[in-house]
Parts: sequence; C-alpha cells; structure tokens
Amino acid sequence: MNELLLGLADDELVIGWRDSEWTGIAPLLEEDVAFSSIAQNEIGHARAVYELLAEVRSGAGQAGTSAPGRAPSSLRTLDPDALAFDRPLDEYRCAPLVELRLLDWAHAIARRWLYEEADEIRISALMQDDDPRVAGLAAKINREEAYHRMHAEMWRERLADTPQFQAAVDDLWPYAAGLVPTEQREALATRIHRSLPSDKVLLGKERGVHTEQLAELWDEMTSVRRSAPAGAQW
Amino acid sequence: MVTAEQIWSAFGEIPDPEIPVVSLVDLGVIRSVDVENGHVRVEFTPTFLGCPALEVMKRALEEKVAGLGAEPEVQVIQDDSWSTDKITPAGREKLRAAGFAPPAPREAGIPKLVQLHAKAFRCPYCNSTQTKLENIFGPTPCRSLRYCESCRQPFEQFKTI
Repeated sequence: MNELLLGLADDELVIGWRDSEWTGIAPLLEEDVAFSSIAQNEIGHARAVYELLAEVRSGAGQAGTSAPGRAPSSLRTLDPDALAFDRPLDEYRCAPLVELRLLDWAHAIARRWLYEEADEIRISALMQDDDPRVAGLAAKINREEAYHRMHAEMWRERLADTPQFQAAVDDLWPYAAGLVPTEQREALATRIHRSLPSDKVLLGKERGVHTEQLAELWDEMTSVRRSAPAGAQW
Repeated sequence: MVTAEQIWSAFGEIPDPEIPVVSLVDLGVIRSVDVENGHVRVEFTPTFLGCPALEVMKRALEEKVAGLGAEPEVQVIQDDSWSTDKITPAGREKLRAAGFAPPAPREAGIPKLVQLHAKAFRCPYCNSTQTKLENIFGPTPCRSLRYCESCRQPFEQFKTI
C-alpha cells in the first residue's frame, strides 16, 4: 500500500469537507460558489485516488514509488467508499493542516493558499512516478488544481498587506511544512518566503499525528454510513 | 451482431446529464469502442474528476450497450488524455448556441490567472470580446462565470483543461 497516495487522498477528502463548511456563510456570494466548487473538486480527486488504491489492492500491482508502509487493516477492502468512510480514525493519513476547523476568512484563505503551494510540489513529484497510472492521474489532478491555485493566488494578493492575513500565515505555515515530506520542505519554504520551522514548533503539526478537530469531523463525515452498519443501498 | 458503428451512433444519442444540448460523443469523452462476439469494451475518460455526472454517464453508456443486446464493459481512464480540446467542432457550436462559451484551446503550460483576465473571451450572445471574469468557479467544476460589458449579459465560460 502506498502511504503517500493514501495521504494525498485523505488530505483531499478532509480539506474538501473543511472547504464545504463555507457553503452558505462565505463573506461574498461568489465565494460561496467558489468554495463549494473547490470542495467538490477536492473530494473528486480523493475519490479518484481511492479508486486507484482499490484497484491496486485488487491485485493489479503495486502503485507508486513511495516506501512501503504498514497497510491499515480496512485497506483490504476494494471499495473506494469504504476506504473513504469505513476506517477508524487512527488509520487516516491526512495532515493536521487540513483537519483544522478554521472559522475566520483570513485563516481559511491562508490555508487554501498554503495547501495549494504544498500540493503543487507533491503533485509535480507524482507526475514523474514510474507507475503510469499514478503519473497519469497526477497530471489530470494538476490541470484541475491550476484553477484552485488561481483562486488562492487572487485572494493572497488581495489580503497580503492585512495584519489578519499575515498572522494567519504565521499560524499555519508550520502546519503546511508538516504536510509535505521532509525532503520537500525546503522547496516549499522558498516558494512562500519563509524559513523552516524548528522541530519544537512542528510538534503536533506534522503528518502522522491527528488533531482533536479531526475526531469531530470524522464523527460527522461517517455518521450516515455508520447508521447502516450492515450496508445500505442508496 | 452489433457493430462498433452502431454503438458509436447510439452513444451519439446520450445527452450530457448537465448540458443536454451536447452528446457524450460531442464531448469527446469516449476514447474507444471495441466490439468482439457481442462484448463491447468502452474506454471512457472523465471530464473533471469532481463532476457528479460521471457515474450517470458511465451508467448511460452501459445501458445503451445492453439495450443493443450486447454485454458492456466500461473502463474509466483516469489520466490526462481528455482535454477540452476533445470537444468536437459540432459540440462547440451547440454549446455556444445554448449560451455556454466554448473553452479556449489548451496550451502547453497549465492556465494562469493572468490569462483569464487578459485573453479575449467571446460572449456567446453578442460575440463581443469585452468580457470580464466574475468568478473562476461556477455552477459546475467545468465552468467559470464571466460578464459581457457590451450586451450586459452574464454567461458561463467553459474552463480549459
């Protein structure tokens, strides 16, 4: 099982849920539309990666280059929905950055911007993967993410000189560093003109640990499926 | 026994679930059709991965094949091979006539914000290029919102991917 791909899929699923929380309450009607559409797209990317992982589990060969990790027990399933919703909390591989429930606009935009910057580094690397299924899917995701990046960049420019936005980037930058593998952090720091956070600052913000907010989100996200444990047809 | 030609012709009757003026053949999402002893293998390339219509499209393809008395096998190809450039000339004209501005051609690099602001996007109603970007995102993942300053009409612009 490819831990890198599972991390990508879980990040996209969870940030999609977080972005969707702005539906109906964004400060501008156009942003209701934008955040909803971005959320839909991120969850679509999660689905595509879960499908690839499910295909790999069904015996079509190992996908991707990353180090083999311990395969979580529920990954024995071949169903992308089961991958998305039937795992216990500790088997999710998303990074703390996407888990945070951010209730102010400056933080929401700072996260979108930092996430897209980090994601571009990761996706670009996956586009060079030896497995053509991984490289092909990454190339498709990259085309779609280009529009998310434009949206993030547009807002970053608009808010760049406000103290609220600068403080939000300060708060969230260590989380963004914790989203990418160690070897990609320098590249991310250069892109966003920051210096690398210390190990002490990174504590609790790197992939591998979960925040309390994920537990609440997981509870809500999986509640419908858990309401029909025997499996229901919708 | 059903032929590939009959299958293609039947697929040309399947409307896009969200923009029914164009068919799945117009959209260019069917990459190949192989017929062998009543078994029809179809390669289907999704438009946007977040598009909720994908499952509906896949099911419609399967039903069409089954309706012709053949056994369908629809394989979803999740790579970069579909582009908005695959929309046929007839499909582009149908979109424009229905008030959706067809996508600009794909370029070598991925699109940048400056292009969405600077490029000449034509209003599908009055053909003016005096249009401005209102929102990169629209009612579906595949569309942006623009406003025509000549005829004062908002319209939906297909994104280039």
